[in-house]
Amino acid sequence: MQIDPKKCVACGNCIPVCPMGAIYIDPHIHRATINYDECVECSTCFRGMSQEHLNPVFVRAARRLAKIFRFRFEPEPDVCPTAAFVMEELEWPRIVRRVFSDPLVEHKSTGIHGRGTEEVKTNDVAHRVAVGEAGYVIEFGRPGVGVRFGDIQKVTRALAAAGVAFEAKNPITHLMTDQSKGDLKPDLLNEKILSAIVEIKTAVERVPELLETIDQLSREVNTVLAVGVSTRCGPDGEERTLSALLDEHGYTYHRAKTNLGLGRATNIEKVEEAAGDKHPASVR
Amino acid sequence: MTNTLHRYGNSASFRDDYILFAIPCRGKNDQGAVEKQRAFLRICVRHRPANLGNGNFGSYQPSPHLNPTAHWRRDYSQDYESVIAAVKKPGTVAAVFDNKENALTCLREVIQADLGLSINMSTSVEGAQECCRSTGITRHSVEYSLGFWDRHDHLPNSQVLELSTMCGHGMVSFNMAKKMLDMVREGRRTPDEAVLTLARFCPCGVYNPIRARRLLEEARTCQR
Repeated sequence: MQIDPKKCVACGNCIPVCPMGAIYIDPHIHRATINYDECVECSTCFRGMSQEHLNPVFVRAARRLAKIFRFRFEPEPDVCPTAAFVMEELEWPRIVRRVFSDPLVEHKSTGIHGRGTEEVKTNDVAHRVAVGEAGYVIEFGRPGVGVRFGDIQKVTRALAAAGVAFEAKNPITHLMTDQSKGDLKPDLLNEKILSAIVEIKTAVERVPELLETIDQLSREVNTVLAVGVSTRCGPDGEERTLSALLDEHGYTYHRAKTNLGLGRATNIEKVEEAAGDKHPASVR
Repeated sequence: MTNTLHRYGNSASFRDDYILFAIPCRGKNDQGAVEKQRAFLRICVRHRPANLGNGNFGSYQPSPHLNPTAHWRRDYSQDYESVIAAVKKPGTVAAVFDNKENALTCLREVIQADLGLSINMSTSVEGAQECCRSTGITRHSVEYSLGFWDRHDHLPNSQVLELSTMCGHGMVSFNMAKKMLDMVREGRRTPDEAVLTLARFCPCGVYNPIRARRLLEEARTCQR
């Protein structure tokens, strides 16, 4: 992302808009400026702000006049008065920032927007997490902190050493050069993104052990983690095993995402495959 | 894409936050999904949602060509029809409800419609269980949020977190939520105006303006 210095009037409206706090008024040029290393290319400034298309010379003159008299015009806080933001073409590896940070950009590896994974939202059709299994959704950088791939790799390496399986239909898994070691592509490690999800699954009995491991690893990375854990409900729609384990080990969970089981495979050429997926191999 | 799992708050805080979303599974039931997604949204609109989203934009949208008079007279209306009409390819569509009754009646109609898409509810654990029992739904899977694990004190205070995490993709920044809290407390914006400013940044349309207004009203009157 860039800000056109010919258009910017240094109104400062965009400064609180940036989720990464990467925009500031440069005191030397008196224009809003983006810290390029901190910007995650999420496009919040470009897309989220409404735009006027005022003449920058006129706006600067009006602002100077108001400043002399200490007047304070209080504009709508989400408006760029001169449409000064410019979205630029990105190349590898920087383009990965946009893919993982802008929720409207599709992950080519999975064909899904946002964080690029269906998690258990389609489990009634995809059967990703089976009975007796637990799926973990470990999101790095959320909320509002961001993360560099180097920190994600610290965790994926430790998880690989713990012998867990990474979810195949996940964008981070696709960026691994060696899943058995949890290694990510080396030219990505310093790239910063808004957030990314690592997905693994184990037998449900291993949940306390894995959560303890994730807790330890969260202390070694300079970001925040948002952790979710999922499982299949029983034939009666109740879920007693995972919640009991979480209760026993002192984890609090106020909120949940519930798959209501109303989905079914309907694609004509995929029906047989879907039926065959109902009893996937168990995992450790 | 909706990212509604990790909203900050306890169960009581989600009493006015029920999200229903429909999602096709890639390669399994995405053929013909677009019309089903539109049907889902049309059903939701009949049950007075607080917000609606098609994965690209919600019922509150930023304007690329704002008239300068907007600083005094801004259009705050919601546009459900454009949200429905803009569903062009398989993806997640969502509706936010500010009470259990509307969510329940909507869910009943969604069940009747038998769309074949995966339908999920995101709310408190107890709230979802009650809705499922009321409608006779046998839950398939559940994903619990274990919250934010912030070992290095990156996160701001709870009021800012409650407001900003209603956009799970992080498009409502901490600083913007803080600015709106301050403007409301100082009497420079009403809670309604502040809410709509925040909601416009959420491109999925899952920001809950009713819950946000309650949170801002509580902050304005120093109830917490």
